[in-house]
Amino acid sequence: MELKELYRDVILDHNRSPRNFGRLDPADAHSAGHNPLCGDKLNLTLRMQGDRIEDLRFEGQGCAISTASASLMTEAVKGRSLEEIARLYEAVHALLTAPGGAAAPDLGKLMALAGVAEYPARVKCATLCWHTLNAALERAQAPVSTE
Amino acid sequence: MSVKAAAARSAVPAGQAFDAARVRADFPILAREVNGKPLVYLDSAASSQRPLAVLRAVEHYETRLHANVHRGVHSLSQWATAAYEGARETVRRFINARSVREIVFVRGTTEAINLVANSWGRGHLQAGDEILITYLEHHANIVPWQMLCAATGARLVAAPVKPDGELDLESFRAMLSTRTRLVAVAHVSNALGTVLPVQEIVHLAHARGIPVLLDGAQAIAHQAVDVQSLDCDFYAFSGHKVYGPTGIGVLYARESLLAAMPPWQGGGDMILSVSIQQSTYNELPWRFEAGTPNISGAVGLGAALEYLESLGREAVAAHEHALLLLASERLASLPRLKLIGTASDKAAVVSFTMDGVHPHDIGTILDSEGIAIRTGHHCAMPIMEFYGLAATARASFGCYNSAEDVERLLEGLTKVRKLFG
Repeated sequence: MELKELYRDVILDHNRSPRNFGRLDPADAHSAGHNPLCGDKLNLTLRMQGDRIEDLRFEGQGCAISTASASLMTEAVKGRSLEEIARLYEAVHALLTAPGGAAAPDLGKLMALAGVAEYPARVKCATLCWHTLNAALERAQAPVSTE
Repeated sequence: MSVKAAAARSAVPAGQAFDAARVRADFPILAREVNGKPLVYLDSAASSQRPLAVLRAVEHYETRLHANVHRGVHSLSQWATAAYEGARETVRRFINARSVREIVFVRGTTEAINLVANSWGRGHLQAGDEILITYLEHHANIVPWQMLCAATGARLVAAPVKPDGELDLESFRAMLSTRTRLVAVAHVSNALGTVLPVQEIVHLAHARGIPVLLDGAQAIAHQAVDVQSLDCDFYAFSGHKVYGPTGIGVLYARESLLAAMPPWQGGGDMILSVSIQQSTYNELPWRFEAGTPNISGAVGLGAALEYLESLGREAVAAHEHALLLLASERLASLPRLKLIGTASDKAAVVSFTMDGVHPHDIGTILDSEGIAIRTGHHCAMPIMEFYGLAATARASFGCYNSAEDVERLLEGLTKVRKLFG
């Protein structure tokens, strides 16, 4: 496995200049993700419009895989419906956990993460942002508290 | 294997200069390639590799001697008992304890500290008491005390460090009080390599009648450890950090303390007689070794300590110190690389960060070059927090490392910089 398969130019670019970096205020939901193994921390804020993500931002500190994955994810899910995002998550998860497996054809730039599957120790870095997004989306859909 | 036999088979005949290449040849795993490159193993602080002498001692035990210990009248059981108790005597000699009654075999440093927390701690602590540790501790010397504090109402307090990673001894001194019941500190910090002034710490604590536990996990392989000259009350270490097997470790405890401690775990081997209502506990140290122990692990540990003695502990320490100086100097010469922990007295551990590159990426790129280092918080999150870091990269050296390994590390780090800009 060539190192360049993991650290593709798209990954290095998104690590150096992460897209949608920062915090939305006000936001409809936020979530904090943490990967205790490497100490990666990720905060996600998002605004919904109906069942679509209108906008989202992330911030935190992490390795290149974790940062680039989050950056690519924000681009991929912005404007998408919950159903589309769920399908996307399944496809990305399959891409990250099946070394050499055929990936869904419509992943676009997210395909840059294909090399991660060959590095089992790094899969969690790439999935952290997706788990954080799922947690935020659950909160966004939770009934409004009346306390 | 006796010391004499070990010395006879040693890679380094007495009187000759330390030959790292010949020592390396004693460790079969170091001959393998990783990711198509010759392995450079720089993660001995996490776990050291095993020399042939250890592998052979374990194999000999398993293929010729094994049975349960302290039980059978048959020959195998007696041989197994002799091998197990022989290893205990080797440990005693290695750390210069007064008696084998002070040597308790455990699973590792973590279990040793938990034993002290549960057995000694529960009998000696109450609400309002304090346990004093430092910010340099491994989680294994933090969490057991937190659990003890939760059970007794005692409080865990930690002495701070200075920016270079040295213990702030003045603060430590000031934090010793009439409430302090125990001092528990690392002999050597695993995250930074700082050697703590344990002699001074013991002196200060004993002046107030406070017992001291030393977490020796990172010290045992890298410098001579003499529990009598240290004058500590407890000393804990793991076999796998001193070229021995995993799952075996040692708690040294001063006999007067150990004799007054209640058993921690109950079961076979720790009793003299049992009726349904009560039991009579065994003598020291077996009172603290309930159940069938890790016999082959103890045998392997004994062989590891004899191997280290055969290399010469001073010679190993000097060799590692030279590697520390070389690695520190070479790494510091790289642009945008920062050494974390620059205490004047250090074990051969180099923790560092690189601007713009997360330690985890450094670890992956070095791994592709066959270089194994540790990245992360090193199970020492409080000291990471002190430096405002989530993680560092850490290269740690053992008796089998060489100047060539340092150069390979440099080449690897140059590649990291090239890839990340």
